[in-house]
Amino acid sequence: MEKRVFFRNKWLPYLLVAPQIAVTLVFFFWPAGEAVYQSVFMPDPFGLKTRYVGLANFQFLFTDPYYRNSFATTALFSSLVTTISMSVALWLAVLADRVGKKAGRYTTLLIWPYAVAPAIAGVLWMFLFMPSIGVLARALGHFGYTWNHALNGGQAMFLVVIASAWKQISYNFLFFLAGLQSIPRSLIEAAAIDGASFTRRFWTIVFPLLSPTTFFLLVVNVVYAFFETFGVIHTITGGGPQQSTSILVYKVFSDGFVSQDLGSSAAQSVVLLLLVSGLTIIQFRFIERRVQY
Amino acid sequence: MARVSLTAVKKSYGKTVVIDDLTLAIEDGELIVIVGPSGCGKSTLLRMIAGLETITAGTVVIADRVVNNLEPRERDIAMVFQNYALYPHMTVFANMAYSLKIAGLDKGEIAKRIETTARLLELESFLKRKPRQLSGGQRQRVAMGRAIVRNPAVFLFDEPLSNLDARLRVQMRMEIKTLQRKLGATLLYVTHDQVEAMTLADRMVVMNNGIVEQVGTPLEVYHNPATTFVAGFIGSPPMNFLDLNNHNIVPVPVKASLVGIRPEHLRFCPLGTGLCDAEVAFFEELGAETLVHLRSQNGEKYILRLESATTPPALATSVGLTAADKYRFFFDNNGKRLKSEDAPPSP
Repeated sequence: MEKRVFFRNKWLPYLLVAPQIAVTLVFFFWPAGEAVYQSVFMPDPFGLKTRYVGLANFQFLFTDPYYRNSFATTALFSSLVTTISMSVALWLAVLADRVGKKAGRYTTLLIWPYAVAPAIAGVLWMFLFMPSIGVLARALGHFGYTWNHALNGGQAMFLVVIASAWKQISYNFLFFLAGLQSIPRSLIEAAAIDGASFTRRFWTIVFPLLSPTTFFLLVVNVVYAFFETFGVIHTITGGGPQQSTSILVYKVFSDGFVSQDLGSSAAQSVVLLLLVSGLTIIQFRFIERRVQY
Repeated sequence: MARVSLTAVKKSYGKTVVIDDLTLAIEDGELIVIVGPSGCGKSTLLRMIAGLETITAGTVVIADRVVNNLEPRERDIAMVFQNYALYPHMTVFANMAYSLKIAGLDKGEIAKRIETTARLLELESFLKRKPRQLSGGQRQRVAMGRAIVRNPAVFLFDEPLSNLDARLRVQMRMEIKTLQRKLGATLLYVTHDQVEAMTLADRMVVMNNGIVEQVGTPLEVYHNPATTFVAGFIGSPPMNFLDLNNHNIVPVPVKASLVGIRPEHLRFCPLGTGLCDAEVAFFEELGAETLVHLRSQNGEKYILRLESATTPPALATSVGLTAADKYRFFFDNNGKRLKSEDAPPSP
C-alpha cells in the first residue's frame, strides 16, 4: 500500500525543498558552471586578463602524455582501492557475523579508522613507511628489501592504495555487516540442511543476497577513490615520484593551484565531472540489473 | 524413511533449562505433531533433531544412527520453515534443485525428480517463477517440494501453516496429511494450534515448559488427558475447571482438588441440585452450536456447549450446572490426573 500526502497549498512543497535546492545550486551547480566557463579561457602569465581559446585547453590536455598517463594511474588506483577495501571489509564482516552478538567490541574497534581524517591517515602511513625512520620500512630493510616510495613509483602507488583502502574498510565493513545480518537466518539454515558447506553457502546464497549492499558500496568506493583520497596522496607522495601517483583529481589541484594553469585545471575538472557521471550511470544501468533487491 | 528416537534429551542455555529429560520414540512412517504454547521448547526440540541447535545432554538417533555430533547435512533430514526460507534469488526450479546439485546428481536425474515432485504438488506451471511472484500457499508448497525432492529419512515441519490465512490453512492441512500418507514418510510437525495437532497427528506430543505432558493419539489425549495443562490446552473451547474446595461434590477420589468437565458434557439443571450454580453471562452463537458463557458467584467462569436446536436460558438468569459422573475428570493439586474407578471411559 502506498500512502501519499496531498498538499493543499501549491507553494508549500517548493518551500520545503528550497533549502536542499539552494545548497545544491550554491555548492554544486555554481562552481561546476564556473569550471565549465573557465575551461574555455586561458589566463595570461600574470593572471591579469583572460583570453577566450575555445577548446584549446582540452586539445592540449589530450595530447599531454602526463595527463593521459594520469588516466591509467587513476584507473589502476581506484580499482585497487575499491577491490582491496571491499574484499577485506567483506571478509572481516563475514567473520564478525559468524561470531554473532559478541562481536560488538570488535566491531567498534574496526570502525575507528573511519574517524581518522584522510590527511592524518596519510601521515600515519607515511611515517610507518618512511625510508629513514619508518618502522615498517626498516623492517623490510632487515629482510633485504629496499623501501623508498620517494624514488620507486610502484612502491609509492602501493602505499597510497593501502592507506586509502585502509581508511575505507571500516565504512564498508559496517555496511557489509548490516547486510549480512539482514539476511534471514532461516535461509542459511535451510542451505545448511540442503547440504551446502560454509563456502558454498556464501557464494550461492549470501553473496547474491548481499548484492544490493555490494552495489551501493561499489558506487561509493569508486567515488571515494576518485575524489576523497586527495588528502592521503597529498600527504604521502604529493603525486610523485614522476607523477606516478597523480590521479586525475590530484592533477586538477597540482596543475591549477601549484602550476597556476587555471584554464587546464578547469578543463580537467570538466573531464572528471563527465567521467564520474558516466561511470555512475554505467554502474546503475548495467550492474543494477543483476542485483537482487 | 526411518525411525527417530530421543533419549533423555536435554537443552539448556547456561542455567536456563529449555528442554528437560525428554524421551520419545517415533515409528517409521508416523506423523507426530508436537504441540504446545509458545516458548514451551517445541521448536527448539525440532531444531535439535535437525542439527541447528546443539544437544546439551542425551542422545538423538535417526535411522539407527546417533546424530548428536553430525552436521545438519549429514543427518538425512529435510525441514520446512515457518517463513518457508525459500532462496529469493532463485527460481522455484533452482530452489528445488539446490540440494540435488550439491548431492552431485546429474542434470537428467535432477530434472526428473523435480518434475515428479512438481506434479505431486501441482507446481508445474510455477517452476520458472521466483518466490516473490508466488502467493503464500504456493510458497508453502514450494517449501514442501524442496523437502520432498531430497527424499530424506525424516521430514521436519516447523509451524509451516502459521503464515497462511484460515481457509488455506485447512486446505493445506489436508494436503500435508494426504502427502505424508502417499510418501509413507516419517514426519515431525511442530505447531501451537491444537486443532492442527488434532487433525494431523497419528500421535501427538503435548509439551509445556520443556516437559512432555502427554503422548498419545489425538482422541486418547482428548478423552484421557493426563494433566490439567493437557486438559485445558487440547479442546476448544477449553475444559471447565471447578475447585473442589468451593464445591461440594461427591463422590470424589482422595487427594483430588480439581474437577474438569468439557463444555459439551456440561448440562443445565435446576438451581442448587447440580455441581454448582452460575449466572448466564453471554452467548457465542456459531450456527451449528451455541457456546454459553457462565459465571459463578465466586467468580469462576464456565463454558457450556449447546446444539443450536436447544434454546438456552435467558441472559442473567441463574442456573444449576451438572455433568454425568463418567465425564468428570479429577486432578490432584499438582495437576496430575487421578485415575479412579469412575474415570470416564473413551466412548
